[in-house]
Amino acid sequence: MDLVQLQRQLVDYRTSLYHEGFLDEQFTQLQELQDENNPDFVVEVVSLYFEDSERLLNELSKALEQQIIDFKRIDAHVHQLKGSSSSIGAQRVQKLCIVFRNYCEAQNVEGCLKCLQQVKHEYSIVKTKLESMFQLERQILNAGGSVPV
Amino acid sequence: MMLGNCATSSSLSTESDEDIVNNNLTVLVVDDSPMIRKLHDMHLKKFGLKVQVAENGKNAVDLFRSGASFNLILMDKEMPIMDGAEVTKELRTMGVTSMIVGVTSLDSIFDRQAFMEAGLDHCFTKPLTTENIIFLLQELNKKNNEEN
Repeated sequence: MDLVQLQRQLVDYRTSLYHEGFLDEQFTQLQELQDENNPDFVVEVVSLYFEDSERLLNELSKALEQQIIDFKRIDAHVHQLKGSSSSIGAQRVQKLCIVFRNYCEAQNVEGCLKCLQQVKHEYSIVKTKLESMFQLERQILNAGGSVPV
Repeated sequence: MMLGNCATSSSLSTESDEDIVNNNLTVLVVDDSPMIRKLHDMHLKKFGLKVQVAENGKNAVDLFRSGASFNLILMDKEMPIMDGAEVTKELRTMGVTSMIVGVTSLDSIFDRQAFMEAGLDHCFTKPLTTENIIFLLQELNKKNNEEN
């Protein structure tokens, strides 16, 4: 694939992520902070998001396996995940966290378990999509081009 | 001037940036999330601010005890050991008069009000936006002018 095709593919892919609600305006703000002095800023922030989210999802799984469920602790983890998802514009994950918190408040174990599965699913989709996007960007840069804004 | 450098390298400049004079303003970002610290650090540096980060409330208090001072403190609420409200109360008790701004993902008005009552000057939702930063710079300039 030539450079122009790659660049077009990236723009289309990125647009689809917004259209399908995977990313929101907050991700755009993140991209606007990146500059020539910090060319890997977005990748670095998103990598931190991945680390943080995976830790939180593990904690949530463990917490929901306990004999006695600590809903306050679960709520605190979901709240954190909601906050960090909102910070990078991972809209679908953020919205699911809101639903998750409602189940915590109602102390509904079934609801929480179901929500956790949904959050894990949405998180893994957005992670794959962002990684694909970053890979496209790398291909463009390796081909000597610049990443379109 | 630093703002000039930011204006050329960043797409964040607006007409109102011309009015913002930074006077080497210093900011302390207190947050236990490495992601949020990185985000806020970058965003604030775009405006020519000098940024330091602290990963928890105790580190923030220790910094002040060791004689450091900052024009602005951005305070997360939910942190382990000492939460943002406790740190804010402690700093105010120590006589810290810097502008302290809460940055939180807390949803309830009641929780925000409680955080404000700990001694905040303002409270914003995480993450800080460009508009929030411009507002804070204007408030800091007003404060500086009143004190001088």
